Amino acid sequence: MNQDLSFTQLKKNLKKDFSSLPVLKIALLGDTPTQLLNQAIRGYGYLLGWNIEIWEADFDQIDRQILDPESELYKQSFDFILLFPSAQKLLTKFYKTKKEKKAVFVQSHTAYLQLLINTLFDGAHCKILFMNYAPYDDGVFGSFAAKTRLSFTSNLRAINVALDNLSAEKKDLFIIDVNALQSKAGSKASVSSTVYINNGFVFHLDFLPRIALEICQVIGAVNGKFHKCLIFDLDNTIWGGIVGDDGWQNLQIGDLGIGKAFTQMQLWARQLSMRGIILCICSKNNEDNAKQVFELHPDMILQLSDIAVFVANWETKVQNIHHIQSVLNIGFDSMVFIDDNPFERNMVRAALPQICVPEMPAEPEEYLPFLESLHLFETASISEEDENRTRLYQEEAKRSTLQTAFANEDEFLQSLEMKVEISSFTKYNIPRVAQLTQRSNQFNLRTIRYTEIDIEKISINENYISMAFSLEDIYGDYGLISTVILKKEKENLFIDTWIMSCRVLKRGMEQFVTEQIVAQAKKAGIEKIIGEYLPTQKNGIVKNLLSEMQFVYKENCWQLTVSEFTGIKNYIRLKEKNPQAENG
Amino acid sequence: MEKTEILASMNKIWRDELDNEAITITESSTANDIEEWDSLSNIQLVVATEKLFKIRFNSAEIAQFKNVGEMIDCIKAKIG
Repeated sequence: MNQDLSFTQLKKNLKKDFSSLPVLKIALLGDTPTQLLNQAIRGYGYLLGWNIEIWEADFDQIDRQILDPESELYKQSFDFILLFPSAQKLLTKFYKTKKEKKAVFVQSHTAYLQLLINTLFDGAHCKILFMNYAPYDDGVFGSFAAKTRLSFTSNLRAINVALDNLSAEKKDLFIIDVNALQSKAGSKASVSSTVYINNGFVFHLDFLPRIALEICQVIGAVNGKFHKCLIFDLDNTIWGGIVGDDGWQNLQIGDLGIGKAFTQMQLWARQLSMRGIILCICSKNNEDNAKQVFELHPDMILQLSDIAVFVANWETKVQNIHHIQSVLNIGFDSMVFIDDNPFERNMVRAALPQICVPEMPAEPEEYLPFLESLHLFETASISEEDENRTRLYQEEAKRSTLQTAFANEDEFLQSLEMKVEISSFTKYNIPRVAQLTQRSNQFNLRTIRYTEIDIEKISINENYISMAFSLEDIYGDYGLISTVILKKEKENLFIDTWIMSCRVLKRGMEQFVTEQIVAQAKKAGIEKIIGEYLPTQKNGIVKNLLSEMQFVYKENCWQLTVSEFTGIKNYIRLKEKNPQAENG
Repeated sequence: MEKTEILASMNKIWRDELDNEAITITESSTANDIEEWDSLSNIQLVVATEKLFKIRFNSAEIAQFKNVGEMIDCIKAKIG
């Protein structure tokens, strides 16, 4: 589900057809206007599959509706009663309190809240959602507020703590932690003074969706809809770097530089695991490489024993998540998938819309603060069993084997509208091409390393054909992701180098490149293309590449006969060449 | 920016925020002329207008706008 909708988008949902959705009845009582919050909640409710009907009490009627047994509130039945008292009204009440009574304001106000809550439970047999007080520092005492019960700032804090205590006692009282949400968003982003002064609404239009989401997530948790499982990608998600290329020794985790961001993410995941959230791994990697990091890297926080299902291979993530799902036997809607790569995120979203796939920030240092802010793992209760769950699932995982088949892959790939631009080696791309030859270990057919000077020489040598492939799709530009160097040898065209970035695997890129190699051979009037695979520790992934691309092994080498080649299915189109790239 | 350009941009906002592609506003338009335009959606319109033109209206300005034309004048004065 999308966690980042604007108020306008939510309001547009209100025009949708709610008739087939189950009805959820909420009474909303506030001491400031509540209509905008009402709209935002119903808008999110639609996305979660509920027709939320909200009955709004008249303005500022919390007391009357709750304390008067004859009020309209008690003439209807509700699933939830949502109480929305504001810090602004609390401030007014506090300021009117005589000095000698201010010292006991926390006690008297807490007693009042307790009275409201108890009366509601007695009269209305439903669950209560209580929005706690947003932070409000009136600045009268500054930091000295901590030392005196005469300050509003310290009173508000103490009342929120009292509310926490009440909710710990009462099973059906749930706090909506507006205080935490506003602290995270900042008061500038959460409050609009002009809207408050002109219309009385205490929250900014841009902040209301976050509160509405929180309310819907808590309602979901109470009704049994919550996230139980967190699936992590590995490379550049829980550590910096790519284990297959960089080796486990060179990954970024630990106390240095950006490594710290990944370590903190792992510490957080560990806490979730201890809380009973099931952790899984879904990564495009060799399983041995991936597990080695867990076993050998001294800075790894997460251990293999923390992971319920560990899937590292070269299948699509959608396929692998299906596998994880079948092992755990839980709904897709109880899973969260975290991956730094927008392609993977979008592919999973497209195929499995029920899974929660947070749209990650661009920079790793922002990953954790962002994830923390989403409250992805709302719950209505916790149990001791939760903590043992990981072990149970690990046992289950051993029994199960990988399933295959993803019916929709073709359709998905088509929908990406992938376009590739091909360029020969130019002064613009030579540094990147040289870097690819030096650093790519996995999808690298012969692992020949070249310097920039070597590549420059190749680019002007007539015996060589050079190609650099840049990919883009509807989700963005991936840059230069593959390079091929072809050498003319008498009657043959020899594939000297074929490298591709692993992040674009399984998208038909290999097939497209093959077609382009054939096209080059035709252009040069050459009938036979010769390929060679030089195995290394790390390039097992291309072991079968040539045979998969219709090369045939004969006369001690892999051959492709141009006139016999009929094309290989892929959904990539050639992009019009940028004329500037031809210079140099 | 010319008044007509401002009006054209505002018309887009009105259509999007009020979720009705048939809306056409003029300088003399008021909330009375458009069904979806009420005191609640007015908050959306003001916030969206502020964002688009990267300006802020103060409370007094918002309270005093009598029609779209007055908003345009105010926007023009702020963006120069």
